[in-house]
Amino acid sequence: MGLDIAFWLLAVVGVLAALAVVLLRNVFRAVLSLIFCFLTIAGIYITLSADFLAAVQVLIYVGGISVLIIMAVMMTKEMPQGSPSNRLRLPAFILALVFFGILVFTVVNTPWSISASPPLAPTTATLADKLLGEGGFLLPMEIAAALLLAAILGAIVLVREK
Amino acid sequence: MSNIGLEHYLILSAILFAIGLYGALAKRNAVVILMCIEIMLNAVNIALVAFSRFVVPTLLTGQVFVLFVMAVAAAEAAVGLAIIIAIYRNRETIESTDINLMKW
Repeated sequence: MGLDIAFWLLAVVGVLAALAVVLLRNVFRAVLSLIFCFLTIAGIYITLSADFLAAVQVLIYVGGISVLIIMAVMMTKEMPQGSPSNRLRLPAFILALVFFGILVFTVVNTPWSISASPPLAPTTATLADKLLGEGGFLLPMEIAAALLLAAILGAIVLVREK
Repeated sequence: MSNIGLEHYLILSAILFAIGLYGALAKRNAVVILMCIEIMLNAVNIALVAFSRFVVPTLLTGQVFVLFVMAVAAAEAAVGLAIIIAIYRNRETIESTDINLMKW
């Protein structure tokens, strides 16, 4: 019962925050609303008993990416002009609506094979075993590390003063 | 037993993805477009965690995928914002309709 209340609260607040990101004119307020949306998604992970992912979501999105976005907003001085829509607003809205309809239709009409077994309580050790253990995702993890290094170097090279 | 099932999470994910899609297509400010792409990535993450929780609760494969999606999203945000700042330095604008140097 408590899980139901938590889910509905987090879902409604998260969707409203995401709508505010799209609808608010002021870019800075949109960023703050985006951070709020990220926080509610961390709560959604907790209702899915993904405790490690909730912590990672708060650390990376709320702590890292949002700071990057705020810095970019402040360095580009676009705040007074706000974030207007382009002239494709109506087609984009129709496309998003149609896509949403297709997704809901698919989700409702697919017979998912729900497992009845309870979720793992602490996921951190199992995740580490998956990432680093035998027969796990060791090679993708190393590639992700190389990707992050390349992204850091690329960002530095792009923003450096000539 | 809770009434919240897989469909609830998938539809929440679909709503967030549609909002992000609309914003990414309709907005002119490049930073707002990147923010909407982040919303879409988060929506996909919710779907992955929900599948991991309800279909294979003891394997956690979906959660491993979410970790990789987060790594790629962080790299994408860093490089994307760096490109936006570089464009702003050169052209004094980040309106996606004005950045048309490579448009034929």
